[in-house]
Amino acid sequence: MNDKTELATKKETEIKPVDKQSEPSIRPAVDIFEDESGITLHADMPGISKERLNVKVEGDTLMIEGDAEIPIPEGMEPLYADVRATHYQRSFSLSSEMDTEKVEASLNQGVLTLRIPKREEHKPRKIEVKVG
Amino acid sequence: MFGTTGLFEELQRIQREMENAFGSAPWANGIRSSSTGFPPVNVGTTADEVDVYFFAPGVNPESWDISIQNNVLSVAGERRVIREEGASYYRKERFDGEFRRTFSLPDDIDAEKVDASYKDGVLHVRLQRKESSKPRQIKVN
Repeated sequence: MNDKTELATKKETEIKPVDKQSEPSIRPAVDIFEDESGITLHADMPGISKERLNVKVEGDTLMIEGDAEIPIPEGMEPLYADVRATHYQRSFSLSSEMDTEKVEASLNQGVLTLRIPKREEHKPRKIEVKVG
Repeated sequence: MFGTTGLFEELQRIQREMENAFGSAPWANGIRSSSTGFPPVNVGTTADEVDVYFFAPGVNPESWDISIQNNVLSVAGERRVIREEGASYYRKERFDGEFRRTFSLPDDIDAEKVDASYKDGVLHVRLQRKESSKPRQIKVN
């Protein structure tokens, strides 16, 4: 009996450090594609305005986060909710050929668009095949 | 705000209890609801109005089609995701296409007094209750 209890307790403490934030957060849905010159990311973040959006690169990690703001009349009682959090957060790891100094971000009706260009030296070059 | 007040968190428990008692949430699983689950919806009420929030980013504003008939609110729209030809996709999680969600409204909604606004990807529909059903203070003489 004692062994079992200990095991269960241990597991819990192992899981906890991963979930540092007690506040529930939403993982925004994304589309990500790559073309010759870089990577483009679109993320759904409804309720996010420019002022409340935070895009940062730390080392090789790109993180997008923000808090949605929704107008709520005074004294409102919730009746039904699909969305139960207002904090968005998601991170991605980048590879070294991405030029993190030149990331461009734009926001349009709750859709975040990020463009991460590749460094010049990493852009593919077309190799001509000479026909002799 | 929803998050800081925890307004919608308590709902999780209430909804679970409701589901146990009456089956799945009637708002979400009406026979007319589309199966896509897009966009997610929150509904709140006050003494004066019912507020419905559609979390629908990137919808073409021209495509919004909101109507009320026989106390059923129907909201439709179109969200087109422009896919780039020749690019290699790593993730395609975002909803692409047309959607429609329908809800039965409380009986005391005044169908003439509805307004809708679309900001930062959230459509907010405000439905006023009929004057006759709003709470009145009764004076005791």
